[in-house]
Amino acid sequence: MTPRVTFAVAARVLAQLRRDHRTVAMLIVLPALLVSLMWWMFHDSPGTFDRIGGPLLAVFPAIIMFVVTSVATLRERSSGTLSRLFTMPMAKLDFLLGYALAFALIAVVQALVVVSIALYLLDLNIQGDAWQLGVVAVLDGVLGAALGLFASAFAATEFQAVQMMPAVMIPQILLCGLLVPRDQLPSVLRAVSDVLPLSYAVDAVLGVAQGNGLTTGAGGDALVVLAFVLAALGLGAATLKRRTA
Amino acid sequence: MMKNAVSCREVVVVRGDREVLHGVGFDLRAGTVTGLLGPSGCGKTTLIRAIVGLQARVTGDVSVLGLPAGAAKLRGRIGYVTQEPSVYGDLTVTENLRFFAAVLGVASSDVERVIEAVDLTSHAQARVDRLSGGQRSRASLAAALLGSPELLVLDEPTVGLDPVLRRDLWELFHKLADDGATLLVSSHVMDEASRCDRLLLMRDGELLADDTPDNLLASAGTSDIEQAFLTLIDRKAGAR
Repeated sequence: MTPRVTFAVAARVLAQLRRDHRTVAMLIVLPALLVSLMWWMFHDSPGTFDRIGGPLLAVFPAIIMFVVTSVATLRERSSGTLSRLFTMPMAKLDFLLGYALAFALIAVVQALVVVSIALYLLDLNIQGDAWQLGVVAVLDGVLGAALGLFASAFAATEFQAVQMMPAVMIPQILLCGLLVPRDQLPSVLRAVSDVLPLSYAVDAVLGVAQGNGLTTGAGGDALVVLAFVLAALGLGAATLKRRTA
Repeated sequence: MMKNAVSCREVVVVRGDREVLHGVGFDLRAGTVTGLLGPSGCGKTTLIRAIVGLQARVTGDVSVLGLPAGAAKLRGRIGYVTQEPSVYGDLTVTENLRFFAAVLGVASSDVERVIEAVDLTSHAQARVDRLSGGQRSRASLAAALLGSPELLVLDEPTVGLDPVLRRDLWELFHKLADDGATLLVSSHVMDEASRCDRLLLMRDGELLADDTPDNLLASAGTSDIEQAFLTLIDRKAGAR
């Protein structure tokens, strides 16, 4: 791995995103819009938004990041740029980390927007600190990006990559505690949800919302999310093949 | 100096359940321009991908600059141009080249040199997806020239270019060879054959000939490389 190459990839991905206003709008505005929609839906049932608002801050950014990043390496494969890069001194991890870094920066902006809107416009009640909610929301966005990059290394075509979203993300959304609190799930499903990354993303947000700061309960969950991020990137790099048929 | 930049022995490549290269062997002498000619689908791109180390399921021996093809130490020493222009359409020519220069660890001053070499100076600040097909493939070629690699493997770099530009590029190829680089240039256009120091003629995953253009023409008793190609195919069929 070479930091020079990692940063070059990250800077290049950001330069491309700067030209792609629609994708940037999708990444930054859409999570906030969807959270607002949920707030409106539950406007007449008090307390509901306070219960699900936190988990939504984890789920929406992660899904949208996943969708955008899951086609990333496939786009480079079909354009031939990945072939060119593989003949250059670039480690596979440089490539994925560069993407992850670029999307982590986007995740910071995304979290700033969605958390500010949830807390100050939609009056989401939380016990913990706003900045900690922001940190966890960034981490959850990065998780979505890392899972997307892993999926994109796994898929052979863009068509396959698009299909990863329902296969990889929807089960996690169902089991992460957003619809049914995880401790109320049947024991088998509970056990499944224990190994899914999004469960920890939601636990971390819920922890902060309930006043367990990052230095106590929520910190452990945040670390698990970080571990999933690193594992997804590492496995993605191992899956990505220099030599193809 | 190394005698052979590339050395292939009994190279076999299988794709899916089909063998697409059936034991290809040849050497590329350092400092020469070799044309890899043959009809579309004959295995040129597969052979090229085996040499740059991107092809899976290669058996036999492919040695590049004294190392096995695909060795980590070769990365950055080979300039590779794929058939499709492998540059980012949403970036400008300069942005693309600065990026590849950074990945290679080459000084960004090299960017200007390669833009000039492919005659794209007037379009240096244009987005690649707004360029013509020929300009785009020249941008792709420029990226392969960064850092002056010892071996250049170019998969149909002159497709769709106007004759003047094609002549200029072949002049560039020979200039690079004079400076010590080795070039393998594939083409399905037979009239480019006369511009090469040596020719590899391929058909159906096999090498039909490995010779200089003059020798090929003389042995086939013709003045036209396309005719020589046909004669070789006929001779081969007759020999069976």
